[in-house]
Amino acid sequence: MKPSQLSAPPATGRPALEVEGLCVDLHTPSGTVRAVDGVGFSVRRGHTLALLGESGCGKSMTALSVVGLLDPMAEVTDGSVRVSGTDVLTLGRAGRRKLAGPVLSIVFQDALAALNPVQPVGRQLAEPFRIHRGLSRRRAEEEAVELMRRVGIPEPRLRARSYPHQFSGGMRQRLLIAMAVALDPDVLIADEPTTALDVTVQAQIMRLLRDLQTERNMALVLITHDLAVVAQRADDVVVMYGGNVVETGPVAEVFARPRHPYTKGLLDSVPEHAVRGRPLPAVPGSPPELSAIPSGCVFQARCPMAREVCVRERPRQVSVGAGRTAACHFSEELDHA
Amino acid sequence: MPETPLPDATAADPRGGAPATARPLLDVSGVTKSFGHGRRRLTALDGVDVTLRRGETLGLVGESGCGKSTLARVVLGLERPDSGTVRFDGTDPFALKGKELLAWRRRVQMVFQDPFASLNARMSAADLIGEPWRTHRDIVPTARDRERRVRELLSLVGLRESDAYRYPNEFSGGQRQRIGIARALALGPDLIVCDEPVSALDLSVQAQVLNVLSELRERLGVSYVFISHDLSVVRYISDRVTVMYLGKVIEHGRTEDVFDRPLHPYTAALMSAAPALDVSGASNGEEIRLRGEIPSPFDIPSGCRFRTRCWKSEERCAEHAPPAVTRDGTADTGQEPHQGLCHFPLGAGTTEAGVRPRVG
Repeated sequence: MKPSQLSAPPATGRPALEVEGLCVDLHTPSGTVRAVDGVGFSVRRGHTLALLGESGCGKSMTALSVVGLLDPMAEVTDGSVRVSGTDVLTLGRAGRRKLAGPVLSIVFQDALAALNPVQPVGRQLAEPFRIHRGLSRRRAEEEAVELMRRVGIPEPRLRARSYPHQFSGGMRQRLLIAMAVALDPDVLIADEPTTALDVTVQAQIMRLLRDLQTERNMALVLITHDLAVVAQRADDVVVMYGGNVVETGPVAEVFARPRHPYTKGLLDSVPEHAVRGRPLPAVPGSPPELSAIPSGCVFQARCPMAREVCVRERPRQVSVGAGRTAACHFSEELDHA
Repeated sequence: MPETPLPDATAADPRGGAPATARPLLDVSGVTKSFGHGRRRLTALDGVDVTLRRGETLGLVGESGCGKSTLARVVLGLERPDSGTVRFDGTDPFALKGKELLAWRRRVQMVFQDPFASLNARMSAADLIGEPWRTHRDIVPTARDRERRVRELLSLVGLRESDAYRYPNEFSGGQRQRIGIARALALGPDLIVCDEPVSALDLSVQAQVLNVLSELRERLGVSYVFISHDLSVVRYISDRVTVMYLGKVIEHGRTEDVFDRPLHPYTAALMSAAPALDVSGASNGEEIRLRGEIPSPFDIPSGCRFRTRCWKSEERCAEHAPPAVTRDGTADTGQEPHQGLCHFPLGAGTTEAGVRPRVG
């Protein structure tokens, strides 16, 4: 199947990825907990959306639901995920597999774990071309070499015969990105793609992702806990906390005038603008355990603005300006702060 | 704190109050350390100089393989250098033996990166914090004192007294790191080596732990060697910064000098590569793009070791080792001189360094 048959017309059409009311339950030995609770967002081609949050906030679980790679322990219990118009949650394995590569792709954090250790990388990179485009092994491996060249691997023809452990961390991440973009997907999800890398290499990888995104007009979903990466690389941001979306909107506006106390707390606690010798304005406490999410507002226990209503009632996501939402009973107060 | 061995903040003269001529707490000079043998010999440290004054924090910055963790191990007395000297408050820890060595170890402690891996899951917080006293028996002898000191240490790092009998799995990452800090404080050290102490923590918790560390410095006058890859954290916590690349110190100076006017192209590149939180689009100036990756430490480039990735490199950089240069006006003020190791240092106004440069 040609990818264009599945993809929406660019720009004016519907978003390449639409997630609505997504709920994921985790069946653990000690009971069922909700890991993702009513998450929704959409991304157009050529745009970058960041899913921002700390460990356990549900951002990776959201991504894995989209690509259909959830752990058997986890179950999508509600919501819809549409990729280029196709509802992927109702697809079977075969239908999923058709999308994986030409329409939807993911780059994982740990490149060493994501690559096959006993196969030369050229062979692995050739796989998408053989499976989806039916190319011969020789033609496919040529395409793979071309792809390696594109993602900046020196001497690609020679290196195609090397095994994953013979590459540096940065080069392995490039290989993984190459594999993900091989078939020109409409939507690329990158789950903490630079977390394990050195700073200068991180910058190179982020630049590569951005260049490929522009070149191939992909919708990019960046999953990260790094505020600065969001500030530099994303158009829109979805801030998650305890499985819930607490704030969404264009990055420039959300970071300049956060409308949820959690977003504000995160931004304030970054030492970048702090004065040495003065205490950082830290958010007290730690993120909640999934088994202990309170019934009211998810952030109530750590919130400086929390009142009685926050304990009683979970705030709904409401519009707080053009393209912006926040789930806080008192988000107006932050506007005037 | 009557009989406690914690250093007294007033006597220690913390935070820059000491005259520049005072004996540094830590003086590492020309330290070289390599591992392996024959052709597979890796030089982890190559003539490293580092000094730290009492009550100050030295930030150690560099990417993987730069030698910062090996340097930390040398400072802790865990790794004997091949050549060069280490002086801690005037004494050479590698010349000590037996009781003297044991007494010295008390003065230098460590906080590890991963609070999930560095605490024994079968020991309660009180046991973990009190474990160092089982080796150093003369510090807190009686059982009653022991309990009281554990409570003191818990409250110093912002934990509750009731936390004493809980186990690591009952604590969050930030709380575990507080236990790690309390444990390091148990012997009343003069210096704590912190190796990426907040990297494994959630952002909202990082700030809490950084605050604990700053507060302890104020209250106890303890000094830190603070290793981190996060430049904004280093800038916030450090008085001085040392930048390493492939086993060499390539830049050193006061935090403001290094961050505001870097001398070495690598430092500038590192700062440019670290994404800024600024959303105004102005970003952190010109984006410097480095070629390639860090070369293998088995095969260090000739001349300047950064030349293979440097945009300013010329023939000279491959042929001659770069000279130590000092930013004009930073050496004669009694303050820390701002120095770099480069043929073509950035910014105007540098002179070749004098007798004992701090870089190299």
